[in-house]
Amino acid sequence: MSQTSMTSEPLLEARNVRKSFFKGGKQELLVLQDINFRLFEGEIVALLGKSGSGKSTLLRILAGLIQPSQGTVYYRGNPIYGPARGISMVFQTFALLPWLTVLQNVELGLEALGIDRDERRERALKAIDTIGLDGFETAYPKELSGGMRQRVGFARALVVNPDILLMDEPFSALDVLTADNLKSDLLDLWQTKKTGLHGILFVTHNIEEAVLLADRIIVFNSNPGCIRGELKITLPHPRSDLDPRFRNQIDRVYTLMTTPQTRMETPIGTLETHQPIDLGYRLPEANIAEITGLLETLNAPENQGKMDLPDVADILNLDIDELFPLTELLEILHFAKVSKGDITITDAGKAFAEADILERKKIFLEHLKKYVPLARYIYDQLTRHPRHRALEENFLSLLEDYLTEKEASRVLETVIEWGRYAELFAYDYNAGVLSLENPN
Amino acid sequence: MSFLRNTFMNVYQKKAYPNYWDMLALFMVLGIIMLLAWNAKQMAVPYQLGQAIPISLNPDHLPGYALRTVSRMFLALIFSLLFTFTFATWAAKSKRAERIIIPFIDILQSVPILGFLSITVVGFIALFPNSLLGPECAAIFAIFTSQAWNMALGFYQTVRSVPAELNEAATMFHLSAWQRFWRIDVPFSLPGLLWNTMASMTAGWFFVVASEAISVSNQQILLPGIGSYITVAIQSADMHAIGFAILTMFIVILIYDQLLFRPLVAWAEKFKSELVGQEGVEAHSWILDILNRTRFIRHVGYKIGYLLESGVNISFLRSKPLTAFHPSSYKAKQYAIWIWNILFIFAMICLVVFFFHFVIKNVSLDTIKHVFFLGMVTAFRVFILVILCSLIWIPIGVWVGLRPQAAYIVQPIAQFLAAFPANLLYPFVVIFIVTYHLNVNIWATPLMILGAQWYILFNVIAGASLIPKDLLQAADNLGLKTWLRWQKLIIPAIFPYFITGAITAAGGAWNASIVAEVVSWGNTKLVATGLGAYISEYTAKGDFINIGLSIGMMCVLVLLFNHFVWRPLYRYAQSRYTLD
Repeated sequence: MSQTSMTSEPLLEARNVRKSFFKGGKQELLVLQDINFRLFEGEIVALLGKSGSGKSTLLRILAGLIQPSQGTVYYRGNPIYGPARGISMVFQTFALLPWLTVLQNVELGLEALGIDRDERRERALKAIDTIGLDGFETAYPKELSGGMRQRVGFARALVVNPDILLMDEPFSALDVLTADNLKSDLLDLWQTKKTGLHGILFVTHNIEEAVLLADRIIVFNSNPGCIRGELKITLPHPRSDLDPRFRNQIDRVYTLMTTPQTRMETPIGTLETHQPIDLGYRLPEANIAEITGLLETLNAPENQGKMDLPDVADILNLDIDELFPLTELLEILHFAKVSKGDITITDAGKAFAEADILERKKIFLEHLKKYVPLARYIYDQLTRHPRHRALEENFLSLLEDYLTEKEASRVLETVIEWGRYAELFAYDYNAGVLSLENPN
Repeated sequence: MSFLRNTFMNVYQKKAYPNYWDMLALFMVLGIIMLLAWNAKQMAVPYQLGQAIPISLNPDHLPGYALRTVSRMFLALIFSLLFTFTFATWAAKSKRAERIIIPFIDILQSVPILGFLSITVVGFIALFPNSLLGPECAAIFAIFTSQAWNMALGFYQTVRSVPAELNEAATMFHLSAWQRFWRIDVPFSLPGLLWNTMASMTAGWFFVVASEAISVSNQQILLPGIGSYITVAIQSADMHAIGFAILTMFIVILIYDQLLFRPLVAWAEKFKSELVGQEGVEAHSWILDILNRTRFIRHVGYKIGYLLESGVNISFLRSKPLTAFHPSSYKAKQYAIWIWNILFIFAMICLVVFFFHFVIKNVSLDTIKHVFFLGMVTAFRVFILVILCSLIWIPIGVWVGLRPQAAYIVQPIAQFLAAFPANLLYPFVVIFIVTYHLNVNIWATPLMILGAQWYILFNVIAGASLIPKDLLQAADNLGLKTWLRWQKLIIPAIFPYFITGAITAAGGAWNASIVAEVVSWGNTKLVATGLGAYISEYTAKGDFINIGLSIGMMCVLVLLFNHFVWRPLYRYAQSRYTLD
């Protein structure tokens, strides 16, 4: 249905949107760059990307919750500078008011619009009915399960008869079965046109979810966030993840995410031709037990050192937010190579996977010093210092030149964990001191 | 209980006319209305400074006096709530306001509460000449100061911690600022605000009693109330009267605890924001059960709910559809900020100049030194008292806290004792000192912490009862005995709770020093050396320069201790010893 309407005026449009946040002083941190995006009549669109890629920020800009630093958002051709009536939203953690009953929660949006009591009640009851919450009108959110709570979130968003529904990772706080159930109910509502909705836009980091629901998937790049590319999904509904065509589409998404498009661009979860990273690189949040597990899986006889990324995600039950940091670290350390949706183990990676505990530490130490400049820098500083000690604040302020405050401390924590594992340096939590000495 | 509940539910379903609970509740409500009416009539009696108000020691008058005392408390509470809702919300919503309001409250918090009374009473008397309203206002203001700062700070912090998604949802669904305040900010903060209010009221009983008998400019004003009754009883050395007063206060606090505190806390359970069903016992209250099950009250509650809803959705405070964005309003705002900043800096300069002018002109360096010395004496007392109380109450608190049944009984008793105004018990200590000719400087000291010590006890109980069972079992399994067990497990686990209790206890002791360092019985007057005694002495004389100096000194000392001892300790405890 989207093909026919492509030529018409977009429902929601972001033109040249750019967003940067100021951190202390005059430093500016670019979060979104040159975003041009359109949502058309009758479309479900997924914004897909890793956490921290700015996709949630874009959703909030489109919702009018955040002002873009540059560029404009248009809703049916009119620029908007705040939440527009006609755009509704469903939140990741539901954002229900715990002190209000289901009915009162659903009525909230109508109350704000000044609709009188009787009409409010009638419409709220109808929405509760539609979304399958009958019988729970007087329950408080804390009495409900996660899936039921998100249903309240949907009822609250739909009761105001919105034109466009925005959803911020609406299923990520739910277990798999509940999420599947809710997704199919949502699709039902959408296809039978029981709501007045004309378009849905949602943010996700789950590739299956995007392929299952969306007519179009927008893939996001991080640092700074920008649109990497888009894919049309033309499979008819209902889609099943057992269908080979469905697996095919998932493969396409992985390939788009891991194939370099231009020379300047770093694909998600990979490093092009093992290029070296710099000191302020945003090191992935990966722990050693996980990369060890992944290498062991790769090195298993049935895999022969090479796997399809969708299979890896499937077997290890990881979503892209969990998988890509691992593949990225493996690439940084030269333990594996990722390209075109495949991951291949290197000789060093093979050696690591086959070694015993102490041997692994040695290999890891060697690669950490060689390929992670931050770890090497910390080690050098400690060696130079007369008493082989340094305050963590020094490294933190160095990282803050490159990253946000939060990311900087996350990256430092990560590198400290790696350094401790490799016994490259020691760390005293209470004093916040890094040192070369062993604890006594 | 379940049997009762079933019986009751059957009655409720069958009968359409009011039930027994209805009658009970009705009498309670009517009684309260009558009492309030009588009280309002008494308050506006004409009065001239110097005129003595007769306080009768006849115990028949005690219920009336108790009511006067209680109503002062609640009037102050209403003002505290108004202050909280306006200033704390303002500070939470506006960065500029926050920068001024929060430090101000922080400092006001360290001003001794009875100091406010000494300073403001003359002003209030001048404001309402020929009426008892002046001293009444001063007393109510003093109680207000014992409640408002604490409540406002708590409210400000919780409003700021409203989850971002809730705020976004409110914006997304176009709630106006007014709707947002009542639908999100207030409910979200309610459990915290209630606890804070109750804690403030607990401390308030002490000050309401202390502020009724005001000595100013060599005259004593006695406002009708339990505090004045006690004062007169002490002056005439009447042991029976003191006994009656203590009994009355005991009953008042029992009623307050059962009829107000517990129902409200139990009711506030529903505003707890954790969506997951948390472990532990929910607060229960028999009064709340009555109210919830009474047809009439439910009906009234429904009507009130309807009214409140109309208030929240009042049409002229509704959000307007967003039309256009005016860049010009941004510029106007910038100018307003500039003007505001300039005015603020100007006001600060004026104040600083005035302060130094005042000090240099009126106070000699020797006086300052002397007052500082007295302050250190009182600080030393507070320090010793906190240590002594800790040594006594930590072992007891841990023993109780590790035994749920014991904690279930002791916790409410400790809370009750904390609410009981300790100043009612002072005469007993004075008699003791006089009879055995003891050193005032040592033996009057415990008076300061008589009321505040309970904070250490119930915080330690709370901390000990939250030590995870598996940690205790692990300690047993490893064979950790006595001292090692305390050193490695119990002390670290209760440390954050203990620090919270100790901070409150120390604050209470500073405040109590003004009444605890000067005590009397009949014609005997015992004065200890200390800043508190100095303040009460000069308040009685009406020497405002010395009052200002000594109160300022106490304020500065409390601030210094807070910033350099308690806060670092608290932060350390929070970062290092929090179990989660």
